[in-house]
Parts: sequence; C-alpha cells; structure tokens
Amino acid sequence: MSQPFLEVKNLTVSFPTEDGLVRASNDISFTVARGETLAVVGESGSGKSVTSLAVMGLHDRRSAQISGQAILHLENGPIDTISAPVDVVRKLRGKSMAMIFQDPMSALHPYYTIGDQISEAWRLYNDGDKKAGIKRATEMLDLVGIPGAAKRVLEYPHQFSGGMRQRVMIAMALVNNPSLLIADEPTTALDVTVQSQILELLKNMQKEFNMAVILITHDLGVVAEVADRVSVMYAGKIVEQAGIDDIYYQPDHPYTIGLLNSIPRVDQLEGRRLIAIPGQPPSLISLPAGCSFRSRCSFASQVPNNLCASAVPDLDEKIGGHFSRCHLTEEQLKKARVSTGAQL
Amino acid sequence: MTEPILKLEGLKKYFESTSGGIFNKKKGIVKAVDGIDLEIMPGETVGLVGESGCGKTTVGRTVLKLYEPTEGTITFNGQDITHLSAHEMKPLRAQMQMIFQDPYASLNPRHTVGTLIGATFEIQGITPEGGVKHEVERLMERVGLNPEHVNRYPHEFSGGQRQRIGVARAIALKPKLIVADEPVSALDVSIQAQVVNLLDDLQEEFNLSYLFVAHDLSVVQHISDRVVVMYLGKIMEDANKHDLFRAPRHPYTKALLSAVPVPDPKKSRTREKIILQGDLPSPMNPPAGCVFNTRCWKVQEQCRVEVPPLIQIGNGHRLACHFPEPA
Repeated sequence: MSQPFLEVKNLTVSFPTEDGLVRASNDISFTVARGETLAVVGESGSGKSVTSLAVMGLHDRRSAQISGQAILHLENGPIDTISAPVDVVRKLRGKSMAMIFQDPMSALHPYYTIGDQISEAWRLYNDGDKKAGIKRATEMLDLVGIPGAAKRVLEYPHQFSGGMRQRVMIAMALVNNPSLLIADEPTTALDVTVQSQILELLKNMQKEFNMAVILITHDLGVVAEVADRVSVMYAGKIVEQAGIDDIYYQPDHPYTIGLLNSIPRVDQLEGRRLIAIPGQPPSLISLPAGCSFRSRCSFASQVPNNLCASAVPDLDEKIGGHFSRCHLTEEQLKKARVSTGAQL
Repeated sequence: MTEPILKLEGLKKYFESTSGGIFNKKKGIVKAVDGIDLEIMPGETVGLVGESGCGKTTVGRTVLKLYEPTEGTITFNGQDITHLSAHEMKPLRAQMQMIFQDPYASLNPRHTVGTLIGATFEIQGITPEGGVKHEVERLMERVGLNPEHVNRYPHEFSGGQRQRIGVARAIALKPKLIVADEPVSALDVSIQAQVVNLLDDLQEEFNLSYLFVAHDLSVVQHISDRVVVMYLGKIMEDANKHDLFRAPRHPYTKALLSAVPVPDPKKSRTREKIILQGDLPSPMNPPAGCVFNTRCWKVQEQCRVEVPPLIQIGNGHRLACHFPEPA
C-alpha cells in the first residue's frame, strides 16, 4: 500500500448550541492515498460533510470545537490542517486540496463570468494576468468536456445547464492540479444520464491528475461504481470501513447490512419486500449510552449482558483492512445475516 | 374487461413563457406535455419516469386538474373531467388525491397534525364513522405515527414522519387514485424503504391506483406494475416493468437504465454503460422529427424529419421509435 496523502486521526468536531453540545463528527480516523477513492457514506446528519469541511479548514474556528489531526503529506513535509495557522491552511485550499459541492448553482457566483471564477484560484498561485487566466480557464473547460470552451468561458453561470455547471465546478477545483479532491454529493442534484457523465469525468480526472479523492454520498449505487474503499458513518462515528467488495459482499455492521437491504435495485426485478431499518437516527445532542445504532438494530438482543446499551463498541479490525464498530462476534453475525432473510 | 380508472387521450399542456418585466413579451410556448395517451387500471401502479424537464410532473398535476389541460381529454372513473370547473371537481377530489415531494413545504406549519388530516373531512363535509378525531387517530396509527401526537405541529416531526402525515391525508377519504410526485426522493435511504413499504401495503388494502412520478428508476422499478418513459413531453415507451427493465426497446430507455448505478461493485465493473452526450434540449424549441434524435446514438436521417408514432408492439407494450432495439 502506498503512502497515504491524507491522514485523518481522531478528528472530532462539535458545535456548542443552546440545547447542548452537538458532536457532529466523533473520533474519525481514515487515510486516502493518491489515485485512490474513498467513499464516505451515511444519512443526513451522520457527519460526513462536517468531517470533510474540517479537513479543508472551512469551519469557523470560533464556533466549532475541533480536535484531532488531518495531516496532508505534501512534498515539502506534512502539514496538519487542524492545528496549522489559518493563513497556512488558506494557501493549501484550491492548490493542494480542493472541494466540489452538491449544488453547483449556489456554489457559483451569478455576477462573474465562468472564466473569471475558474481562473481566480489559478491567478492567486501563478502570477498570470487576466488574459493568461482566461486562457487557462479555457483549457480547463476543454478538459472537462464543455464544447465551445473559448466562447463559453465568457458566459455566466445561468447560461449553463445543471450538468454543465457541475463540470465548471470540477474545472474550478482542478485548476491548480490538487492532490486531494473532496466531492460532496457531486451528482445528487443531477439526472441519472448526466450523473453517469459526471462520474465518468471524475474518474478520468483522477487518473489524469493522480489525485486522492474523497467522495461523500448517500447513494450506494454511485459508491459501487467509483470507490476503492468505503467508510460508513452513523450518528457522527465511522461504524464500518473496508474495501469496496467487502462492504457489499461481506458487510460486518448491522447498519451497513440494513442499508444494503433497504434499497430497491434496478437489477432485481422479482418483487422482494424492502427490509426497512425501523425508527430514525438519534439526536446528536443526546446520544444514547452505548452503541448509537442500538435502538434500530435487529441484532442487539443477541449480544449478552445488554452490552450494546452500556458500552460503546470500538472500531475493531476484523479481517485485514476491514473495520467494524459492533459487539457481535463474526459467528453471531453470520447467523444474524441469514436470519434477516437478506440476500447477502 | 374492467374499465380504466384513469384515461388520458391526446393530453397536452402548453405553458406560455413570457419575458417578465413591464412589457411581459411573449417568448414562446413550452410544450411541457405534448400529446399523451395513457390508461391506468384499478389497483395498478404506473411509474412515470424521465429526466427533469420531461413533463412528468406536469402530467401528474394536469391529471388532477391542478393545471387546466390545453388539449385532449381526461376521463376519470368513466366520467369526462376535462372541462369541469373547480366547483364541479370538488366531490371528485375525494377520489383522487396527491402526495407531494417535499414534506416540509406541503404541510401548513401553523396547523396541528390533527387539523391537517381532519381538514379533508371538513372540506368534503363528511363525518366518518366514530367522528373525525377518532378517524384521524386511526389513520395516524395506520401510517405508523403515534396517535398521541395528534396535537403536535409539523416541525416536531422528522422528514419521514411528515411524509407519513402526507400519506395519511391522501388516504383519508379512501380515494381510488393517488398521484405521488417523487414521494420518497427527499428522504434518507433507510427511511425511503419504510415509506415505500407503506405505500405498497396501502395499495393492497384499498385497491388503490398509483400514478407514481419519480426520477429514481430503482424505486420505480420496485413499486410499479407498468412503467412509462417520457422525454420532452412525449411518451417514448410504455410496458409492464418486466418487459421494460429486461428488454427495453427504445434507445432512450436503454440508455436511461444503463445509467442507473447498481449497488453491486462487481456488476458495475463489467456492465456496459451507454453514456448519453449532452443535455435535454429546451422544451420551448424541441428538435424536429423524433425529439430524442439529438442525443440518440442510433440516429438516422429519417429520425430528423419524421416523428415516430407511439405504436402497440404486443403484450400492451407501446413504443415510439423508427429503429428500435431487438427484442
């Protein structure tokens, strides 16, 4: 395994509110290497976006309490984006690490041309004039597959369709050839036909620039298509982390099993009833003692001594590279998987 | 042979697009729905799919006469409702209901759940057996809400629970047809399954017909008996779901299905994908001939001039293509 480019260690982000401390992401650790795609999967409120914003240094340090490390292994030595001074992190953003957001319309400025917006970050780090910037922006538009780049570079965001805007966002993120790209739900707002265009583009760009990619999504279909490894998050914690095939064919955490059973699949025509996960995620202000998933878990009763209610399970390595945060033993789990009537 | 609960013939809905501003100049006509023929049988679920802008939502809304149709006829339960006034529609509304996409926007935040669900009875002037309060509580229980929460306000519920309130309201008057417009797309994956299962159960219980409008083909495939594929206001293909998903005949259907990501890494590595180039053309200025010809990979000269008619090709399968895929 190659040296990781990003190493996140025990990252915890909490926000003090009037009702109490919201622990949005809790003791998160993972790594991503160049050329590798890590998918972070979870429902709304599971902490996937909060974690990535912390890596990018985009939380307001006055309102968010952040601990832990997010180390970028740059050519001239490692930098921890959590503890480094704000202006150091600012100089990494848009250069060594970049981010793509879900809604390309609200992420683009309506008053500036596409060319100005794409070249802004490039001109910041390369002393080119405006003309050189537009030339660079045109190259980038060409690269992300926008026809007639030379003309379109002078147009405004409203003149682009949703898919084209997302291509512009990608061009903007990649303009300085970053080593780490975080894509936060990059295709959620798009139609499936456009989604597959954008996923294809992201894959090609990753090869071209040899980037480490973190893909944040709730869509397990998208994950299956692009990820090398997967982190599943629930209520602010990583509950399972493994290689792509292990997650889909040997899931170890009841939440992952539940997710896979609850999604309808276009490749399965015979009407199997969806096995829904009962209940809903807990509030992050008053997390239950023990395992956060316990109240929705159909296997919790099989763990002796009511352990799930009293002790938070550790994220243990079960088999090489496969981590799961669950008290069930492998034996119990095998039985449990069968008892749900799951297809796994 | 049973009669269809809903029958659309040559349904068109055009919107006039204006420039806004003080002169409000006419810019053109958006042909959102451009000649749709469709039948829904009692107890049947018809999925209506297509990309955003294809007119699927407009069909749903025109069916319920939330929009006045421009042309064509709508027959509901044997009665022509195309030109009925809002007043004349009112008694029929008890039999045709809608579930909306956004459970946050579709519930009045100033009313309690009890009032929201109870309003359906009040509007129709119906007193259910055992009284409104009792019936509301029964409905809440039926859709999986705690009846003790009858006096709570919408903001006290999660997205999934709000959608259940929307469902309770829709089934309150025991309708025959429910138009569900993207009913689960705003919900988290684990909650989606709960609502999909609920819709399934209710259908069995009340012999409901659904017109299920959605862009998520996996959900549509799961819930529908028949699936209708729309593109730029027109039906491209219509077939029972087994035929449509196993052997799609229209190139657009084929491309659309191949674009749906499958949650199975091994399959998605080997699966052949057809990536359509470009975006949906503007419905204000649709291409001549077959509307799909600008993105179709099988396009021939004939497609650019001649509109392919929607024809029956057997087993209730309808198709509008000059050069269909082999069966």
